[in-house]
Amino acid sequence: MYAFNYHAPKTVRQAASLLAKNTDGKVLAGGQTLLPTMKQRLASPSALIDLGHAEGMSGIEQKGRNIVIGAMTRHVEVSTSAIVKNAIPGLAALAEGIGDGAVRNRGTIGGSLANNDPAADYPSAALALNATIITNKRKISADEFFQGMFSTALEEGEIIVKVSFPIPSKAAYEKFPNPASRYALVGVFVAKKGSDVRVAVTGAGSNGVFRSKECEAALSSRFNARALDGVKVSASGLNADMHASADYRAHLIPVMAKRAVEKATAK
Amino acid sequence: MSAKTGVGASVLRKEDFRFITGKGQYTDDINRQDQAYAYFLRSPHAHANIKKLDVTAAKKAPGVLGVLTGDDLAADKIGGLICGWMIHNKDGSPMKAGAHPALAQGKVRYVGDHVAVVIADTYQQAKDAAEQIHVDYQVLPAVVDMNKAKGSPAIHDVAPDNVVYDWHLGDKAATDAAFAKAKHLTKIDLVNNRLIPNAVEPRAAIGDFDSGTGIYTLYTTSQNPHVARLVLSAFVGIAPEHKLRVIAPDVGGGFGSKIFIYAEETVCVWAAKKVGRPVKWTADRTEAFLSDAHGRDHISHAELALDDKGKILGLRVKTKANLGAYLSTFSSCVPTYLYAPLLSGQYDIPAIYAEVEGIYTTTAPVDAYRGAGRPEATFVVERLIEKAARETGTDPATFRRKNFVKSFPHQTPVIMAYDTGNYTASLDLALEMADYKNFAKRKKDSAKNGKLRGIGFSAYIEACGIAPSAAVGSLGAGVGLWESAEIRVNPVGTVEVLTGSHSHGQGHETTFAQLVADRLGIDIEAVSVVHGDTDKVQFGMGTYGSRSGAVGMSAIVKAVDKVIAKGKKVAAYALEAAEKDIQFKDGRFSVAGTDKSLAFGEVALQAYIAHKFNGQDLEPGLKEGAFYDPTNFTFPSGVHICEVEIDPETGVTDIVKWTAVDDFGNVINPMIVEGQVHGGIAQGVGQALLEGAHYNADGQLVTASYMDYTMPRADDLPSFNVGMTNTPCTTNPLGIKGCGEAGAIAAPPAVINAITDAVGHEDVPMPATPYAVWQACQKGARKLAAE
Repeated sequence: MYAFNYHAPKTVRQAASLLAKNTDGKVLAGGQTLLPTMKQRLASPSALIDLGHAEGMSGIEQKGRNIVIGAMTRHVEVSTSAIVKNAIPGLAALAEGIGDGAVRNRGTIGGSLANNDPAADYPSAALALNATIITNKRKISADEFFQGMFSTALEEGEIIVKVSFPIPSKAAYEKFPNPASRYALVGVFVAKKGSDVRVAVTGAGSNGVFRSKECEAALSSRFNARALDGVKVSASGLNADMHASADYRAHLIPVMAKRAVEKATAK
Repeated sequence: MSAKTGVGASVLRKEDFRFITGKGQYTDDINRQDQAYAYFLRSPHAHANIKKLDVTAAKKAPGVLGVLTGDDLAADKIGGLICGWMIHNKDGSPMKAGAHPALAQGKVRYVGDHVAVVIADTYQQAKDAAEQIHVDYQVLPAVVDMNKAKGSPAIHDVAPDNVVYDWHLGDKAATDAAFAKAKHLTKIDLVNNRLIPNAVEPRAAIGDFDSGTGIYTLYTTSQNPHVARLVLSAFVGIAPEHKLRVIAPDVGGGFGSKIFIYAEETVCVWAAKKVGRPVKWTADRTEAFLSDAHGRDHISHAELALDDKGKILGLRVKTKANLGAYLSTFSSCVPTYLYAPLLSGQYDIPAIYAEVEGIYTTTAPVDAYRGAGRPEATFVVERLIEKAARETGTDPATFRRKNFVKSFPHQTPVIMAYDTGNYTASLDLALEMADYKNFAKRKKDSAKNGKLRGIGFSAYIEACGIAPSAAVGSLGAGVGLWESAEIRVNPVGTVEVLTGSHSHGQGHETTFAQLVADRLGIDIEAVSVVHGDTDKVQFGMGTYGSRSGAVGMSAIVKAVDKVIAKGKKVAAYALEAAEKDIQFKDGRFSVAGTDKSLAFGEVALQAYIAHKFNGQDLEPGLKEGAFYDPTNFTFPSGVHICEVEIDPETGVTDIVKWTAVDDFGNVINPMIVEGQVHGGIAQGVGQALLEGAHYNADGQLVTASYMDYTMPRADDLPSFNVGMTNTPCTTNPLGIKGCGEAGAIAAPPAVINAITDAVGHEDVPMPATPYAVWQACQKGARKLAAE
């Protein structure tokens, strides 16, 4: 790790102003990706602006028909939250399956979404649940927010403050982990809200999280695991690496979708 | 001696208190005054000439004490690292071993190869300075694929075709004759996947030089500190042995990878004098992936000849073994003498012929890794046997039973002479424990749930207790493989056992104390085990090849017997009786036919006060040493049965049942032995399902972190059913065979035989990841519907 300046702003406004002053600076949320990268000398920000001390960035509340989660809320808080478990159990279960205990104790939802790792779990939930990403400047819909791997709609100096999830009628996540890293090789989040069915896939796409039109079409007529029988997903645009070919990932998408629907519809 | 701590009791490990309370002293826990830190600049290229190496700027960087290169090694006449086992080619000529300098001299040969070392006040400063070393590389083509190594650019000038040796074992003519008579041939092509050891504790070293005495001290993560001292003295030329002390303190796992003498410790101890400060290096995990000696990495073709009744007539094996970019310390013998002599397995095979090519590639050196040659042999034999049983429509247990060696001693056609064993007994017990007879029903039940169930056998043999010195000497070893022990009895009757074995997870501090306490009839707490320091312990050969019980403990009992013999003399004086009338039993020396006796501790005191000796006749003191050289290898064996259930939708393999029945001969501590079995199976399952080192075509190690290299985790493993059958070894005084590698040897073929049984064809590679098994299911001959 190279030397850097450390800042611990007390407010989001201060954080934004520090970010503007430190052009090579980086915002530090849970640090579960950024810090290992810095330790390996693969990143060398001149300054870290630690959001861990900024007010009003953490916590979970229900606001009407939405669950609003502060950007600095740790995975462990989401996974154990009575509010989340009651309203969107699939989201709590997703958080419980991120990394290991140490990662879940430090990692944050805002950090995960801002990083938009193509194999991270949260982007699939945000996209499938049609979440709204609330920043210090504006509100961004999930459909707009994710713009390819490690790329988001966030502009220079823009910081995620909260994420608002509309409560679905049914939702669940199923992950097929990479055997080594246990990141998602293919992770599928299915959500049904009224007649709207959204299926978001992480881990598989070479350009990050995406919605599976094939699965959504099948499930829109009948939100039932059997509706996915025979559904084929194209391998084009999917990742291929030593752990899985694009064909294998394509095959796993409806399989994981089916298992997610089974979970979502289980009594 | 209480039955609770004697031989055969599951005594809790004495060493665990300090380990689980964080009181272990590993190399990295040790800090010397004014210690400086080393950082190794490593090659980013698999194969390149160094046109220019400019360290001027780095030398001027803050905190830097020195920047050393291969030129400095040459100037100081420091020799290269050695390979201690000479292998001869088929034509009798010696193998082609290229030079192995501790820091590159003009060329780098794998990603991670050592280009230069920076020594600075802090590790951070050393690392920063290394970024200012300018290296002008002329990049050469990487040589990664063994099948393409011949005809690729030479990695070492001495081996223009990148072949280290072309070796063979067995009788070719007799084997050809056996094949000519065969009614059925079974053929198989196998890849034994390359593994990266991943001990919990990464390698580390501290070199220290005392300018007052001229003595070097090296603290290092070694399985055999005396061998390290011998190599660094006699071959590398750091200092003569009496001026070099090597300490291997607590060591956190080795699995073979810490047998070898590496560049890093060599450089640290050499550099300590050059910079005038102790020099410390601790590998980070990436360095461990890149530069620890890897394991396995064979490509084999094997053929089995059968008669019309399914009896084996002969076996032919042709293997290419990847030795990496340099010959590591024992690398040359692993795919030759530790491999081919095991190809007879548990079977009566009249003729065997094996050919092995050792190949240079631009990858990390490959050397012994838990099992070392024997897992590779067992994988060939047990996959081939299983396939032969299937092809001839014979139950795999029946096929094995028919071909087992049944009378002992048994001379195989490939060097080994098995002293004893009872292969049918372990098979019978394993079949019963695995509930084999109801497997068909379980398979049907799985099919109803959309799962493919399979069962796989592995009847393994290994050669442990390495090794008779005369035998290994005749085969090219540069050392003898005996072991030493010294029993130091203190005046109050407590005992120190000095052993040349080295414990890095095996529990020697417990088992050795158990044995000595049992023999001397004293409390186990009165015995401590001293190891891992060349200044404290007499010369020893260290721990590998499951040798510490069979060889190390045999040396200990030899020394204990001498202590008892001396004790009888002491007791005779003290009790004023004739020596021939002194008996030793349950910790007391007594005069036969009388009630006169002395406890062991009282005799020890008499030995040291020496008040009753006549000066000349009997020397004071009670301390005896012994060297034990085995007369044969030991031959642990067993049958493991693995049962899997595969989800054909995802390719996920779930090991639902594991039965292990092993014959380790006599056992000192069943709990520790069972733990060794569990750990071995975990590593074997790791190889079969999860682990695989992968270099891309450019020679970059793709699996250089846990993001891509899959270690076995607890939830990958079932609860193991462990049973034992016992036929004591006939060639050592304790009847011990050894248990440290069995699981890692037995497991891979058991897993792959189970998966191939489930999917209905033989084309399943290791590691059988979900992706690989899903692919195998796609071309499965046996579809669920057809069940």
